[in-house]
Amino acid sequence: MITIVDYGIGNVASIQNMLQRVGVNSVCSCDPNVILEATKLILPGVGAFDAAMDRLNELALTEVIRRYAGTGKPLLGICLGAQLLMEGSEEGKASGIGLLKGTCRLFRDIHPLRVPHMSWSEVAVNRPHPLFRTEEYHPRFYFVHSYYIDCADPQDALATAVYGHPFTAAVSRAQIWGVQFHPEKSHKFGFALLRNFAEA
Amino acid sequence: MRRIRIIPTLLMDQGKLVKTTSFRNPGYVGDPINALRIFNEKEVDEICVLDIMASRRGTPPDLNYLRNLTSECFMPLAYGGGITTLTQASEIFKAGVEKLIFGTAAMKQPDLVQSVAEKFGAQAVVGSLDLRKDWLGRQRAYVTSGTTSTGKDPVEWAQHLQSLGAGEILLQHIDREGSLAGFDLGLIRAVCEAVRIPVIASGGASGLGDFLSAVQAGASAVAAGHYFVYKGPHKAVLITYPAPADLMDQIYMKL
Repeated sequence: MITIVDYGIGNVASIQNMLQRVGVNSVCSCDPNVILEATKLILPGVGAFDAAMDRLNELALTEVIRRYAGTGKPLLGICLGAQLLMEGSEEGKASGIGLLKGTCRLFRDIHPLRVPHMSWSEVAVNRPHPLFRTEEYHPRFYFVHSYYIDCADPQDALATAVYGHPFTAAVSRAQIWGVQFHPEKSHKFGFALLRNFAEA
Repeated sequence: MRRIRIIPTLLMDQGKLVKTTSFRNPGYVGDPINALRIFNEKEVDEICVLDIMASRRGTPPDLNYLRNLTSECFMPLAYGGGITTLTQASEIFKAGVEKLIFGTAAMKQPDLVQSVAEKFGAQAVVGSLDLRKDWLGRQRAYVTSGTTSTGKDPVEWAQHLQSLGAGEILLQHIDREGSLAGFDLGLIRAVCEAVRIPVIASGGASGLGDFLSAVQAGASAVAAGHYFVYKGPHKAVLITYPAPADLMDQIYMKL
């Protein structure tokens, strides 16, 4: 069973659809008790950094997610959900959840490419990891974002993609994981990643 | 090497998959859900579903139908047709659609497009720029399935869509739609230079060479209908998508 944080930000239906196809039960909740008792947690998110943090703070979930992460159970942030794991973002003023050190930066000077980065990109995984325990040598995923994660500790950067320049496409420290792309919209590559998360 | 999005456009009318020529003469092609399943298997980049008569008939989006579509769709999905309220927009996002495409609303309810962009982000809003020649031979942006002129030229309307908060523009050339005559590269160049958001070129594609030319002219992505649903001169229905190796050799490696 996977618990998805439902705080009104992000396409929860798509994630549930894909988990169902992978054969994994999931539940959506914004109840602190349900989240703390989860065995695996997904933090989704699309849109603006501050709007998402405001919503998490309103629901008093920021501290709940920190406490969940402290238990050592797996946490997966998706897209903006991954950025929220950081300390902050150039996009706004709000503090992030701060589980990982570093911030999120705007894509600049990548002419002729346009922002947002809205396309499929190949992802190079920097080291063996349960999320990418897959037979595909060059997985590719669907990205939609204007900001990218910049880890203070290079060890936290798990995977890299290129848009104008290389950027961090996935982060990992202990059981705190985040992916900048949308596995729920990345057909067979997404199936593999979410199945890996379910089995991790 | 650069990957670009190559997007099949599925036209829907009352739950059926159809294909038009210059936005007219819809021919029955099949069942959209079946087509989506095939496109999933073919690892398509993204799908664009347009209800072509919704605005003209004034019918609201069919949410149950969209939920059926999204439950089979494991790639990004954009939907357009008949969206007139913020509540409808919220419900469609909740049903699992990533992006909403606005055409008619950009003329008749610009506030709606703005509100959706503010609430759900620019990446969730696609402005549809449908072009055809008017009776004086001038290229103009049209809405409501190509029946109502905005009176604006392509560049002006593209900038209008960007100013409403759209995160990308779907540039549809009505006169070339279903013609296999290739893209209007001059038009693509002009529109791409006028805006800073990504432009999806659509209308007239007959093959991978056309896709490459459109991107070289400035488009960030390409869309097509006929190319993905018909085969041969007699328009035999065949849902198809180029093989990854062909895309790599004939497009990505040349960018």
